[in-house]
Amino acid sequence: MRVTLTALATLALAGAALAEPVAPMDVVYEDGAIAGSLTGMAGDPDNGAKLMNKGAGNCIACHQVTALETLPFHGEIGPSLDGVSERWSVAEIRGIVANAKEMFPETMMPSFYRDTGFIRPGKAYTGKGIDPAELTPLLTAQEIEDLVSYLITLKYE
Amino acid sequence: MRTILTAGSFAVVALLAAPALADPDEDNLVINDELQMVTETAAPAHMEHVDTIYSGWRFRTDETQALQIDDFENPAMIFVDQGMDLFNSVDGTEGKSCASCHEDVAAFAGFHAEMPKVMNGKLVVMEDFINGHRARAMGAEPWKWSGPEMQAMVALIGLQSRGMPMNVKIDGDAAPYWEQGKEMYYTRYGQLELSCANCHEDSYGLMIRADHLSQGQINGFPTYRLKQAKLISRHNRFRGCIRDTRAETFAEGSDEFRALELYVASRSNGLSVETPAVRQ
Ligand code: HEC
Ligand code: HEC
Ligand code: HEC
Repeated sequence: MRVTLTALATLALAGAALAEPVAPMDVVYEDGAIAGSLTGMAGDPDNGAKLMNKGAGNCIACHQVTALETLPFHGEIGPSLDGVSERWSVAEIRGIVANAKEMFPETMMPSFYRDTGFIRPGKAYTGKGIDPAELTPLLTAQEIEDLVSYLITLKYE
Repeated sequence: MRTILTAGSFAVVALLAAPALADPDEDNLVINDELQMVTETAAPAHMEHVDTIYSGWRFRTDETQALQIDDFENPAMIFVDQGMDLFNSVDGTEGKSCASCHEDVAAFAGFHAEMPKVMNGKLVVMEDFINGHRARAMGAEPWKWSGPEMQAMVALIGLQSRGMPMNVKIDGDAAPYWEQGKEMYYTRYGQLELSCANCHEDSYGLMIRADHLSQGQINGFPTYRLKQAKLISRHNRFRGCIRDTRAETFAEGSDEFRALELYVASRSNGLSVETPAVRQ
């Protein structure tokens, strides 16, 4: 898949991937999609499944996922993620998870791999302010990859 | 709980087709078998994106709802009684109680329904009024904004307007404050970038994790929250909602929250005052 990509984006991504994860501000979106892995490595789908439920991911706060139906309280703000891998390409899924506002400009879905441009950002859930320079993205590059690797397992039954 | 979707694609398709699906229940709120409450009515003209406003009561479970239909069941009433004790207690350098000058709290009927409002060129919310009045009339120290004394008194005064329609003024000298509050309501604060409107206007009726989103109305405040087992002030609720967007919140009693309170109250115009309501 990666071979078919336009030269520029591939070079930028591949170059960064060798050293360290692509920094949030260096991510290249093409029509909302991100071509290659943000870390240069594959994700861990088991950890991805955990992030769907817990921590800064908490995706099922807004989404239903039949494969996770043993977990309580799936929200209804976003669409069901069942079959998501048949609606979107891997690159598109990565783009949506990293910064859904690239694909859906006004969406309620938070930008999980972005660290600038917020109004009154706080120190986690304390209600206190944070020095913008100390703000880290909600998820790490590897966690984004973990989620992507989980989401691509979601097919229609 | 309620409509948590673990299931079929039929339900999911329906959801996608009607994203702003609003489903308050159909229950009718009558308090003490006699006081008919308006929990649903046409939205005030200033609201551009909503046709019908609903009390938060309509989004709660039957168990929670039941606690509000009979004052003997309503756990907030203990605090109202404490408010009555405070009303009769002497405090401050003048040696007076509220009761020294006010024979009957029932005389305050209607006052709460029009708060907050501009008085002497300043936007005054109930807590400001009470503290200002205590200082001037009694020479008494201010109460803490969300403290038990203050909220007991806010609840006592609010109860006198129960069943009357919320009716705050938004034009004239209130207009600049109202505009400020409206601007805040639509601002997407915090690292999660969520505005009040995202949750309480675009998504009411939907589940967000385990919470059934209401329109975030304030006609029932201070409310007794079962989770916290005490009366919750409006500003405390605002603070919690902003904090949950991973934002730096505003202080209780700040000018920002005064303005936001006026705007949010104006979105309740036409709903019955429910003070003191019971929420989850
Ligand atoms: C605050 C609610 C919210 C949270 C939290 C959230 N999303 Fe979303 N998500 C949405 C909404 C709303 C959409 C629909 C896009 C739009 O606005 O049109 C969406 C769309 C998506 C899509 C595209 C779905 C499709 O088939 O069209 C994916 C994939 C997705 N989200 C994954 C995630 C993942 C993974 C997480 C957790 C890291 C997450 N979301 C967290 C609200 C949310
Ligand atoms: C020294 C006499 C005095 C004391 C003590 C006093 N008040 Fe008042 N209060 C007044 C007067 C006079 C007014 C009407 C004029 C005004 O609005 O200032 C008033 C007005 C009010 C109003 C507005 C009623 C309306 O419909 O406009 C409320 C509410 C109120 N008082 C509550 C209290 C409470 C609660 C206390 C005790 C914390 C208290 N008062 C103590 C004299 C007093
Ligand atoms: C992430 C979603 C979210 C955002 C953003 C949000 N709230 Fe809330 N709010 C909730 C939830 C969940 C509850 C509890 C259930 C309910 O009543 O909706 C709640 C409850 C409330 C209530 C209590 C309603 C009642 O019936 O007692 C008020 C008032 C309120 N919110 C106001 C606001 C205001 C004002 C803002 C913007 C500063 C805001 N909320 C932003 C999720 C949100």
